[in-house]
Amino acid sequence: MIRLSMETPDRAQQVVQDLCRDMGHRIAANPPGLCPVDMALNFLRLCHAQTCGKCVPCRIGLSQLETLLESILDQTAPEGTIDLIEQTASAIVDSADCAIGYEAAAMVLQGVRGFREDYEEHAHYGRCICSLKQPVPCVTVCPAHVDIPGYIALIREGQYDDALALIRKDNPFPHSCAYVCEHPCERQCRRRLVDDAVNICGLKRFAADHAGNQTPPPPAESTGKRVAVIGGGPSGLTAAYYLRLMGHTITVFEQREKLGGMLRYGIPDYRLPPEVLQRDLDYILATGIEVKTGVCVGKDIQLADLKGEYDALYIAIGAHADKKLGLEGEDSKNVLSAVEFLRNCGEGNAPDFTGKRIVVIGGGNVSMDATRTSIRLGAESVTCVYRRRVDDMTALPEEIEDALAEGCQILPLQAPDHIEANENGEVCALWTRPQIIGGYGRDGRPAPHNAQQKKFRIPCDYLIIAIGQRIESDEFEKVGIGTSHGALKADLSGYVPGTPNVFAGGDDVTGPATVIRAVAAGKVSAANIDSFLGYSHTIGTEVKIPPAKLSNAPPCGRVQLKSRNPMESRCDFALASCGMTEEEAMQEAGRCLRCDHFGYGIFKGGRTTQW
Amino acid sequence: MVNVTVNGTAVQVPEGTTILNAAKAAGVDIPHLCYLKDLNEIGACRVCCVEIEGERNLVPSCNNPVFEGMSIRTNTDRVRRTRRINVELILSQHDCHCATCLRSGNCHLQSVANDLGILENPYPADLVTGARALWPRDFPLYRDTNKCIKCMRCIQVCDKIQGVHVWDLSGTGSRTRVDVSGTRRIKESDCTLCGQCITHCPTGALRERNDTQKAFDAIADPDKITVVQIAPAVRTAWGENLGLSPEQASVHRMAAALRRLGFDYVFDTSFSADLTIMEEGSEFLRRFQAGDTRELPMFTSCCPGWVRYLKSHYPQWTDRLSTAKSPQQMFGAVAKNYFAHKLGVSPDKLYCVSIMPCIAKKQECALPTMKTDAGQDVDLVLTTRELVRMIRAENLHPETLAEEAFDSPLGTYTGAGVIFGATGGVMEAALRSAYYLVNGKNPKAEAFTAVRGSAYEQGWTEAEFDLGGAVVRTAVVSGLSNTRRLLEAIESGKVHYDFVEVMACPGGCAGGGGQPQNRDDEERAAERGQRLYALDKCSTLRFSHENPEVQALYRDALGAPGSELAEEWLHTDHDGWEMPRSQV
Repeated sequence: MIRLSMETPDRAQQVVQDLCRDMGHRIAANPPGLCPVDMALNFLRLCHAQTCGKCVPCRIGLSQLETLLESILDQTAPEGTIDLIEQTASAIVDSADCAIGYEAAAMVLQGVRGFREDYEEHAHYGRCICSLKQPVPCVTVCPAHVDIPGYIALIREGQYDDALALIRKDNPFPHSCAYVCEHPCERQCRRRLVDDAVNICGLKRFAADHAGNQTPPPPAESTGKRVAVIGGGPSGLTAAYYLRLMGHTITVFEQREKLGGMLRYGIPDYRLPPEVLQRDLDYILATGIEVKTGVCVGKDIQLADLKGEYDALYIAIGAHADKKLGLEGEDSKNVLSAVEFLRNCGEGNAPDFTGKRIVVIGGGNVSMDATRTSIRLGAESVTCVYRRRVDDMTALPEEIEDALAEGCQILPLQAPDHIEANENGEVCALWTRPQIIGGYGRDGRPAPHNAQQKKFRIPCDYLIIAIGQRIESDEFEKVGIGTSHGALKADLSGYVPGTPNVFAGGDDVTGPATVIRAVAAGKVSAANIDSFLGYSHTIGTEVKIPPAKLSNAPPCGRVQLKSRNPMESRCDFALASCGMTEEEAMQEAGRCLRCDHFGYGIFKGGRTTQW
Repeated sequence: MVNVTVNGTAVQVPEGTTILNAAKAAGVDIPHLCYLKDLNEIGACRVCCVEIEGERNLVPSCNNPVFEGMSIRTNTDRVRRTRRINVELILSQHDCHCATCLRSGNCHLQSVANDLGILENPYPADLVTGARALWPRDFPLYRDTNKCIKCMRCIQVCDKIQGVHVWDLSGTGSRTRVDVSGTRRIKESDCTLCGQCITHCPTGALRERNDTQKAFDAIADPDKITVVQIAPAVRTAWGENLGLSPEQASVHRMAAALRRLGFDYVFDTSFSADLTIMEEGSEFLRRFQAGDTRELPMFTSCCPGWVRYLKSHYPQWTDRLSTAKSPQQMFGAVAKNYFAHKLGVSPDKLYCVSIMPCIAKKQECALPTMKTDAGQDVDLVLTTRELVRMIRAENLHPETLAEEAFDSPLGTYTGAGVIFGATGGVMEAALRSAYYLVNGKNPKAEAFTAVRGSAYEQGWTEAEFDLGGAVVRTAVVSGLSNTRRLLEAIESGKVHYDFVEVMACPGGCAGGGGQPQNRDDEERAAERGQRLYALDKCSTLRFSHENPEVQALYRDALGAPGSELAEEWLHTDHDGWEMPRSQV
């Protein structure tokens, strides 16, 4: 008699598991703008299919919820149905026996409360207020709305110069973004429905690395209007570039010695080599933009004067000041802020960390930059301390992986408590309070709280604090520019309310964000400044997009960029990642599903040729 | 040139040719539903999918160009099976009660399904019911959601040709359908009622409100004297769906048919087009000479679709419209005030019907401002299509009828009145008479042909004329996207004109939204317009001011253009009614 047997999933179960995995990809790549009620109904159906059938609320309740939601969508629901949905879902949440039931009902409840107006529009008018406005997911999600399927098609044809020209229609930093863009475009890539997102950023880097030297198009006829741009980072220079192409006369005021902003002074060379940044800067400046470096607005020159002297102003000063922990011992020697530390490195004044023990506090991309820079400066050990789990770190996963591979350590669930200094007033240790991960906070992330463990001492010679950045907005506040939590206040057009001719954008308005969001803000403000000055110039390109191939490639793995040997790359500031080979780039470009042509794109919104 | 084979037959076509057209060049017709040349090449219906050697999936032939060496198969088992299933799927969501559909016999879907020999559908009917299928029955444009096959043509025409954006997809997933954009209801929308969506609809989903029964009722009413007027453009198209040749489809044969239908008096709107020229031309000269057009032009007001557009998109320019009523309304006003008097009957005995190439006319005639003491100027508007339906309902065979003259008075017209139905015609007619008014002598009838517009080109036509010392700058535009471009150029000061003619439909009334629908998807506005110019050319009278019956009307009743009585009968207040504002 067989008492026990080895269990192997049968064929059907195996297939269902595969389908679940595919469904997961599909849901993750959900196109923006779908009908939320229809989605809620179909999620509910999926949930109900998972029901075992034992308990009443789950077996019958979910079924009745389906009927009710369907009646809403068919506009056959009697008055009060939405309330009945809410009450039924509440009862299921309260009384279902297991998570299959109560979590399913909780999703319905979240929806009926979160998008009740959609329910009402369907129930009363039989219509949906959702709108599928921009059907190409990558273009929609890119803040600057770069024509991604267009440039991938050009890469596939080997037209790298044209690919860059097309990118520059919406983003004048193709080289820099090819290296450091956070590529939100890949998040909802439709290719995920087939296998995995196209490596868009990697393809852009391939184009940037293989494009020749290019000269910008000639600006439009001079308008005689003068615009001052305060801040020579990605946002300011984007606005400057487009406004210059529109025929306006531009002066950029930059407080540091060189242009580039955070691209130069925040991002380490091993991620963005200065010569790559320089290619973008040269191209932008070749349009004929006047640049005044080493000029700090508020000190060397007054904003009020600029307001009068120029027809319009664009403020893009970024977020270059540091945030303090507010801990005992924070003013000890060798306690550095990450922005200051990275800026010094960018200026060529990197400290010598040879043989030193470094502790970095923070879990974002800046903390990873500080961590990986420290190891390159010869540190004996680098420990990144973070109060949540590694899973909760906001740094890109590949940054974390690379930091670990390069021999850095990540110490999660340690909240800084105080800083210990030696008799010379130099930092000698960070004391932390161990944390335990707990319930979910209002931000939807699990929050840490103090664990029942003793304080923990981490000896160190340098402490780098990377817990966020501040905006140096005081001088601007003084001359009547509104602020909110330290950020400049501008409306969605970039215009600063209450001023005659001032616009603002980038990190100084949004708080520390990404390069591509800064570029997008510059683009938006350029268009609106042009209108404000009484013009309607458009920005476009002559580049012709190659037609889509007839049908698409079968499933194929995504090409990932490779890293250099971490034990080597930790010793220098040369690029840590390697670009694609031509073979890889061609294969990867062939994975693009050309959503500009297939599906909704060919009907509406597939391509914006000018703005 | 590119070499391809279609079902084994080699053919050479220019680079960029679509698979559909390459197949056509090889003598192979690929069935299709949504495809509309240049306007809707989106591969939505998937009926035109074919097999291409080396491709994994079937490929839609309407929007993919051929490449060198392409081997196209349109008749494999896989293609045939897929095409059939896709048509069956479309039919499952289509109200297939063809016997009660006005497109029966003239429907893309019906012919594709019939050609495929689909006699039963394995897919159960899946039609929209209840509130979601409702549409206001009193609105001049009617939409039957269950006949819509979501080809998107209406959306594209309204977006690309007209730039009004009334239609859009609504909802997503299985409940996606075409509806008024921006979750508006049609009556609250800025729909101009141009009807271009109707003439480009492949099925019976879009049509005019059917008013034929009202016409039959009026004819049958012994207490009513029915007076019918025929718009200029109707004569160019009414025979298309009746199997008449252009020669057979003359306006005088139409007059005969209308009398057989039972109308008591039959007239030509070209008469009141001449009258419009007298009023609008005089008004223009007055405004021009007073310097009123130095900043902004005077716009023509005879196209109700355009008036609706202006009032919703440029309401601040409503006073730039000529105050002259349209020929249709002038005719009605004169009929009820002057013709009733001539007949010696009370005006309320008269029932004025007009046959128009237009949907917006149905709304224009119902405006509260379009009346005099003698009552509503026009009681009922029928489109060209409704006229054709009435002729068919009565089993008339116009080709067997002898041509008949119009009634009199109000039955005489000039070539200048006839060309109202083509883009540029109003302007040309107005300039002919304005020249006369300024110089006291006629110009050559061909003096102003430079203003004749084109039906389907982007932009507008402009021309300058010396009217005896003063240069008049004119522009002519048709299609509302073109109109928007023109208005923007005027607004920004890039261009300046004194007098602008606008027609909402591309090519003018000849391409009107009330004209016949045809299954071949050919744009006929230009060809129909040419027919009007040809009629003008062979007219003995070519100047509106020389129309003897118009002259008699002024002599007997109105006095002079712009007189107090002319103002009362023939002019209107464009501010006297509300139009929903545009959301763009």
